[in-house]
Amino acid sequence: MAASDYQSVMARKNEIMKKAVGIDYERFSRGKISFDYERMMSEVGYSLEEIRKIQRETGVGNTPLLELKNITRLVRKLAPAGKGARIFLKDEACNPSGSFKARRASVSVYHAWKNGYPGVVAATSGNYGAAVASQAVMRGLKCIIVQEVYDSRGKGQPEILEKGRKCEAYGAEVLQLTVGPELFYTFLRVLEDTGYFNASLYTPFGIAGVETLGEELCRQVREREGRDPDKVVITHAGGGNLTGTARGLLKAGADKTEIIAASVDLTGLHMASDYDFNRKSFTTGHTGFGVPFATWPDRADVPRNAARPLRYMDRYLTVKQGEVFYMTEALAQLEGLERGPAGNTSLAAAFALAQEMDQDEIIVVQETEYTGAGKHPYAQLNFALENGIEVKNGNPEEEIAGKSIVIPESPAQIKARPVDLDKIKLSYLRNLAESTGVKEIDGTDLEFLSAEIRKSPEEVTKLLKEFNIVVNRV
Amino acid sequence: MTEKIKAGTWVQIHQVILPAGERAPQVPDDTQEVPLELRVKGFLLDNGVVGEEVEIETYTGRRLSGILEDPHPSYEHKFGRPVHELLKIGRELRRILREKEV
Repeated sequence: MAASDYQSVMARKNEIMKKAVGIDYERFSRGKISFDYERMMSEVGYSLEEIRKIQRETGVGNTPLLELKNITRLVRKLAPAGKGARIFLKDEACNPSGSFKARRASVSVYHAWKNGYPGVVAATSGNYGAAVASQAVMRGLKCIIVQEVYDSRGKGQPEILEKGRKCEAYGAEVLQLTVGPELFYTFLRVLEDTGYFNASLYTPFGIAGVETLGEELCRQVREREGRDPDKVVITHAGGGNLTGTARGLLKAGADKTEIIAASVDLTGLHMASDYDFNRKSFTTGHTGFGVPFATWPDRADVPRNAARPLRYMDRYLTVKQGEVFYMTEALAQLEGLERGPAGNTSLAAAFALAQEMDQDEIIVVQETEYTGAGKHPYAQLNFALENGIEVKNGNPEEEIAGKSIVIPESPAQIKARPVDLDKIKLSYLRNLAESTGVKEIDGTDLEFLSAEIRKSPEEVTKLLKEFNIVVNRV
Repeated sequence: MTEKIKAGTWVQIHQVILPAGERAPQVPDDTQEVPLELRVKGFLLDNGVVGEEVEIETYTGRRLSGILEDPHPSYEHKFGRPVHELLKIGRELRRILREKEV
């Protein structure tokens, strides 16, 4: 039997993964650092038509598109004359497991079933766990979920405890860990021990599963309004939600629709810190995932991440924790929709953005998630208070992640703050330089990088000089 | 705690995966100083005692061993006390919407 200590298992990472996802990523490699993304997506994944069929079989998708008429009225009260776009919401909480993640899980679990894997494993502290567990029940597979839940005091984040409970409700085995990136080690050991399929969030299956969300919302807006949405706001963490939705919109031909990422601003909190872990009120949809996954997608649990958000992102906005709690309350109180806070990150950003848009424009918030004990503003704010975080009314601009949560005094205080995408793109190139150590790339690589960060080959060449990387066109 | 927990009981066990000081090099100092711990639930295979090593069968049928930590694990997360700072929002927003359209 192979050694099970940390170093030995990590050293076997690639062979374990190859078996557990059944993808030979090597065959898509090109140039010195690049790979053929589109070829990987089309050869490994499934077509939009196949995915619709897979999702129909397990009741995934076809969620309602709701117009938020009262929130739009509120926007127009606050906006300058003639401004205030109509806000629509894709109610993804209506999926079987209560979030859009059912779309992502549906394809992975189908693929595992079709290829004879006895079960599926996923490393996730989010809604994805319940999605995989629920889809596994429907396909008759076993399911193991590996979560990061507790700090060293044994205190569990309420939202993650709820997600763990939901996985167990579907008969999954839930491995609950304390804080730390070595979760990956436990995950690898489980894959090796069971021979189950790695239902990674970041395979072509997972991303292709979200394409139906973009295609569907585009179709729904066209059917109702006879036109395409002007903007779609997407809660951004690992990048799969944004990538899949944007690809779906493009496949539907909505190439003028602006793709906007929104994350909760958790600047200053370290994601692997035992101390910081329970000082945040959002466990996903935040900058702690959103920024690192945009600036280096290949930090994921598969060699080539199919979620590549910078390829599609037109703008990146952040909102404060207090603002998202405010909008979660507003959604319940004005629209009669009680939904989980993390999914409302994009709603908070859309609320601010709509005020700058014309009244005949349409902005779509592309997801909601279920709410319940733990996954609720009351639960999160009480937990924050127990952990020494100050909760108060005031100007959210003054909120400091890990120290305070500032609930706006007035809806006019809700703002969406732009992240400088050029800086993000530069960070991407820095990460490329640091993690590959490459000093020279070829024309294929240049073409790849140009698509990755949406800059012309000339601009990329110029930016690469800063990291002493030269382009050698042979 | 020497209460004997009967075989077949749904329990939670605890394992130390990586001891303090042997964590991955990239973790921050505060995390480096604490162990990586695992908790998992399952059916107890033989009678056991809290604080002692036991073996469980998880819901998927895997056998795992660890220290019997909680003989009656329960879901304690909740909604909690209504939060004053949020309670005001619904009334305030309704008031704004009632105001005459400009």
